[in-house]
Amino acid sequence: MVEHRPTLGFLAHVILILGVIIVALPVYITFVASTHANDAIIHPPMPLLPGSHMVENYTAVLTGTQEGGGSTASVGRMMFVSLVTALVIAIGKIAISLLSAFAIVYFRFPFRMFFFWTIFVTLMLPVEVRIAPTYKVVSDLGMLNTYAGLTVPLIASATATFLFRQFFLTVPDELTEASRIDGAGPLRFFWDVLVPLSRTSIAALFVIQFIYGWNQYLWPLLVTTSEDMYPVVIGIKRMISGGDAQTEWGTVMATAMLAMLPPALVVLLMQRWFVKGLVDTEK
Amino acid sequence: MAAEKRVTFRSPWLPWALLAPQVVVIAVFFFWPAGQALVQSLQQSDAFGTSVEWVGLENFRNLWNDPTYLESFATTALFSVLVASLGLSLSLLLAVFADRVIKGSGIYRTLLIWPYAVAPAVAGVLWLFMFAPSVGIVSYWLRERGFEWNHLLNGNHAMALIVMAAVWKQIAYNFLFFLAGLQSIPKSLIEAAAIDGATPWRRFWTIQFPLLSPTTFFLLVINVIYVFLDTFAIVDAATSGGPGTETSILVYKLYYDAFKALDLGASAAQSVVLMFIVVIFTVVQFRYVEKKVNY
Repeated sequence: MVEHRPTLGFLAHVILILGVIIVALPVYITFVASTHANDAIIHPPMPLLPGSHMVENYTAVLTGTQEGGGSTASVGRMMFVSLVTALVIAIGKIAISLLSAFAIVYFRFPFRMFFFWTIFVTLMLPVEVRIAPTYKVVSDLGMLNTYAGLTVPLIASATATFLFRQFFLTVPDELTEASRIDGAGPLRFFWDVLVPLSRTSIAALFVIQFIYGWNQYLWPLLVTTSEDMYPVVIGIKRMISGGDAQTEWGTVMATAMLAMLPPALVVLLMQRWFVKGLVDTEK
Repeated sequence: MAAEKRVTFRSPWLPWALLAPQVVVIAVFFFWPAGQALVQSLQQSDAFGTSVEWVGLENFRNLWNDPTYLESFATTALFSVLVASLGLSLSLLLAVFADRVIKGSGIYRTLLIWPYAVAPAVAGVLWLFMFAPSVGIVSYWLRERGFEWNHLLNGNHAMALIVMAAVWKQIAYNFLFFLAGLQSIPKSLIEAAAIDGATPWRRFWTIQFPLLSPTTFFLLVINVIYVFLDTFAIVDAATSGGPGTETSILVYKLYYDAFKALDLGASAAQSVVLMFIVVIFTVVQFRYVEKKVNY
């Protein structure tokens, strides 16, 4: 820092610690609630220290043996659905964007830029603005309550295509020439040179898209009607639909903790790529 | 950077095959439905889809004359102003102090960014639980202090609830961008001002804040888009648009009209209006990016 100001330095820590506490408070309360039996919670004030029902609550929701007025499906199953959905969306987006960016940058063919702009325009058509007709298409194709219905309509990615195109344009032409002289065809060059070079971009995009896929709400709400295809984010909402009093808050909060865990772990463990991914995808 | 490659490959079919997966997905799930929305916005059909007639712009006129739709517009506008102003000022405050801290700034960053990973719907549930009128811990504390909190009856309370959840969820994102923006301001500028005797307060307002304005503007656009599109899950989980339709934002109303009220024409017209709004936001966002490149 420029000058030494102990009071200001102290104030900075105080404000940041306050910020961290405010940010963490909802999750702490959720965690505490997830370790108590319902009786302890519904008579306010609820306790502010963890209780002894942690194992019971988490086991109950994971195996689907919890009680309550809303849905009582197994959260273990929901976590599995969410994981498959998030992985398919993240990997699918990256794969088809890599392929289209490769085609657009490394080949000359009619309507090349037309396709590029067509892909780009999808940026302006998020699922929220076309829910009813997209739902109709998915239902006509018989994709309701399937993994394909949950993932394929979300898999196109203008941002990823754009990002990979920008990156490919910075790859030196000498590399392409060298691999050509060594007798590599386009696919060989793509797989052995371009994909390894794109590793950091791929990792960064994967973090962002995994979180995007895991946290999807509106679309799964429409295309899943059977309990065994609910992602966990939908499952929570279904569990509290019985109203304030009938809700078994202990188990609902255990579900919320479980729903937050995988994406939070991805952010914390892959923090470097996460920050890079955020900055890259939004520009 | 060159916009074109000098060295390319040649193949009559390979580029088409490479493009095919993405093009098929966007044709079937993006452009066809968007086209359908456009067509349906000009049609009127009954709930079972048995009879369809062309009605021109009548669906749009109906929307314009529908007080609940205009209210939903006003609700969305209020919601985005509150979320953007509160979210941006809170995260700017945190970022400015995190930029000052030398020891432990990495730890603070880690502790502040993870709410990004929380699903909006889960954020809604967490805040709903703390403020639930009968069991919530915060509503209990408020009652102890003589404040009767009930977002199930009071529209202002419901709005406050979704604003808090939406701001909480978005702080991480704003914070990261503000911190990056602050760290890219040359230290020499700040040092020169300090030598001239400017206090940290004055330095913030005359140097850091003006130089941050591109970041602030970018975040403003992103936050408004976030409120318009991504907060559906927060609203649905925390208030279900209630009480009445007090927190029914545009996407929530669109969802309700399409899937609960089954009014195809009205929902298609709302889709078209939303598309138009998103196009405007996207154009604004990219004009800004272009400008920044010219710096």
